[in-house]
Amino acid sequence: MAVTLTINGERRTFDAPPEMPLLWLLRDVARLPGTKYGCAAGLCGACSVLLDGMRVFGCQTPAGDAVGKSITTIEGLTEQPLGKALIAAWNEVDVVQCGYCQPGQIVAAASLLKDNPKPDDEAIDSGMSGNICRCGTYPRIRAAVRRAAEIHAGEKA
Amino acid sequence: MTLKRADGATRRDVLIGSGAVSGALMVPVALGASRSRAATPSALAGNAWLGVDGEGRVTLALPKTEMGQGILTTITMIAAEELAVKPQDVKVTIPDGDAARFAPIDQGTGGSTSVRDVWQPLREAGAKARLALVMAAAKQWGVPVAECDAHDGAVVHKPGGKVLPYAALVAAAAAAPLPTEAPVRPASSYGVIGKSHRRLDGDAKARGTAEYGIDVFVPGMKYAAIMVCPIFGGKLAGVDEAAARSVSGVIGVIRGDDVVYVLAENTWAARQGMTAAKAQWTADAAHSGAQHAAIIGAVTAALDKPGFVAATSGDLDAARVGAAHRFSATYTQPFLAHATMEPANCVAHVHDGQCEIWNGTQIPSDARKAAATRLGLPLEKVTLHNRLMGGGFGRRLEPDMVERCVDLARQVPFPVKLIWSREEDMGHDWYRPAYADRIDIAIGADGKIAAWEHKIAGSSIMARLMGPAFKGVDDDAVEGAITPIYPATARKVTFQQQESLVPTGWWRGVGPLRSAFVMESAVDEVAHKLGQDPIAWRLSHIEDPRARAVLEMARDKSGWGEKTAPGIGRGVAVIHLWDTYMAAVAEVAVDKDHQISVRRVTIVVDCGQAINPSGVAAQIDSGVIFGTSAALYGEVTIANGRVEQSNYHDYRVLRMNEAPVIHTTVIENHEKPGGMGEPPNAVIFPALANAVYAATGKRVRALPLQKGLGTA
Repeated sequence: MAVTLTINGERRTFDAPPEMPLLWLLRDVARLPGTKYGCAAGLCGACSVLLDGMRVFGCQTPAGDAVGKSITTIEGLTEQPLGKALIAAWNEVDVVQCGYCQPGQIVAAASLLKDNPKPDDEAIDSGMSGNICRCGTYPRIRAAVRRAAEIHAGEKA
Repeated sequence: MTLKRADGATRRDVLIGSGAVSGALMVPVALGASRSRAATPSALAGNAWLGVDGEGRVTLALPKTEMGQGILTTITMIAAEELAVKPQDVKVTIPDGDAARFAPIDQGTGGSTSVRDVWQPLREAGAKARLALVMAAAKQWGVPVAECDAHDGAVVHKPGGKVLPYAALVAAAAAAPLPTEAPVRPASSYGVIGKSHRRLDGDAKARGTAEYGIDVFVPGMKYAAIMVCPIFGGKLAGVDEAAARSVSGVIGVIRGDDVVYVLAENTWAARQGMTAAKAQWTADAAHSGAQHAAIIGAVTAALDKPGFVAATSGDLDAARVGAAHRFSATYTQPFLAHATMEPANCVAHVHDGQCEIWNGTQIPSDARKAAATRLGLPLEKVTLHNRLMGGGFGRRLEPDMVERCVDLARQVPFPVKLIWSREEDMGHDWYRPAYADRIDIAIGADGKIAAWEHKIAGSSIMARLMGPAFKGVDDDAVEGAITPIYPATARKVTFQQQESLVPTGWWRGVGPLRSAFVMESAVDEVAHKLGQDPIAWRLSHIEDPRARAVLEMARDKSGWGEKTAPGIGRGVAVIHLWDTYMAAVAEVAVDKDHQISVRRVTIVVDCGQAINPSGVAAQIDSGVIFGTSAALYGEVTIANGRVEQSNYHDYRVLRMNEAPVIHTTVIENHEKPGGMGEPPNAVIFPALANAVYAATGKRVRALPLQKGLGTA
């Protein structure tokens, strides 16, 4: 069985059933391991990817549902201006600890900032509460999302 | 910093005893007896290495692993300071369990030991390496050594304006005898230590390019799912192999005594196959009938046994005579899961009488040994490729992931990646033991503590690890309890082991966390009973000036004593554990539905010399949030011999919208560094319990707090 997807701007055909969740297709078949497995239940956000620019949980999204849409993973996001702003902010604020959840956090933050370029703390909390971090980097993520918004706005100005 | 993996280096890189390897300078780092707990500590002249390679790059190989705590950045900063280079230019090797490289010290990372273990010997080694380079330059120039110093990866002769990079000096330095003594850099000259440095591994992790154990790809590799009998001690009774094999991509089903594996072309197929396999299990009544209330009841009942004496001073009975006040209470703390973001996993390839393992482990030495033992192979036939960890918290001090994976890998001709589902990970953890503590405090007529008796009961991790050498007192479980910051005329601390079918292991904060919750809850209760302010009462007893200082500062910075609205309360706790002093004031709100939210946490820490203040502050955020999750919600319960929790919906952890604002103050000094991985996690439990009491008037003595308020 084959499924054709557009991942990070590239059209690729994979030998995989359409019901395979994007999470596993990306990790095991497309070999893009930046998208992480955490819960496979839509609870932790580690597998977040952008589907036509909006965050979805890769573990809850069958590959077939992504056909004809644009999938952006952390690997592709970091090549885009918004992704670069997020990485710069993440580094500046020194967010990362174990780091495992961070690609998913950054994808969620990208989705939030696309929707709301200048989020206040409440909007950040609500936009980011679908992602779990066991190391407790939440305070620095809050600061980094604010900082990324500034950097990205500055670039666009 | 380049993360250079141990498997990328050849044995010649670390030719022991010669000092020189193809023009490289290698200085042994004499790590003393490690306090990490999972293996027998021992000491040797050189069990870790600091070097300068032929290109003049500083190299570092220490038996410390990175699980998020930032240790690779911290140790790199220490080496960079002594050798006058930038931290990002140091090449660090992750330990791989190779005894020749790091022998014979155990390679465990835990117990907030890393900086404490490394601080002095690493600086001494760095100073020797620096002096060797300076001497080589001075000799070449024919100038006094005292006129030369290291600066920015080179040796400089200031009066003559001469500069030679390390690359030009390393061969001569390596050929000369290593200086036996060299002064370490004085604190007054620090350029790296004590200044916040960004994590060296942060960028790659954020970009998703850092490789964790679960990300490993080996050519020809297949994927596998695992299901272990959900009832502890049970066995596999049956499995529908045909149904599993009918799933597209499934290539095999492998049965074990208490386990079934499904092999496939990808993880999704393996998981689907596992569901289709509908594994059946069997267990005897003692296991399948085990219930939570009875397990916790037995732990609490064990407090009535005399216990083994961990510490005793003075005469308790005599000290109690004429006591003005007597306070006694029993506290219980539940089993806890680690719930690391990266579920358990391992990659292994067993072939031609050897075994290769890819795993993120806190204890590479044990991981390697476990594989060798399981496979009946000599240790040297087992290669471990240690990878980054998506959280450790003590979970990855157990080599069970490796054992299960090699059990499977020995039966197949290809490399196999085994991934636990979240449900398997949560159902087959090594849980923080459930504990019961009883504390009995007598206050004399003078207001001082006359008698302090503390009984502790629960599973003993040390007993499991020590075997017959265990003599009744679990030194980890009683840690903290036997060194309280409150003086007493007479004191007795006992431990009573009480096991159940639940496997137990290290969990961030370990024994001292348990002690801190009990002791700091109890003194809070005493203060309230005496009608005194909890901070004032503590200050009237604590003598240690550093403990007093953090507590006073936390009081002053937290708004302590200011009026609070109904339903809002502040709670305090202070600890001296892992050589670190820390005080916390937590402010909680409890709404009409008894739901607790943590609004603000003020932390003051004196951890001696803070090597990376940003890293110290990060560990405080981390411990406070990790600890708040567990203190409010954390509880693993047992029904019919199995764990009831399965994923983040029923093992609740804090999310960003629930995370408190954390105000951190790091006291600057140059005292010997203390540990930072665990103190914030330990101090927050009692601070929250005390805050909940202040907010509600209800004293919760059985964690978790939310359940204690009658709602979960």
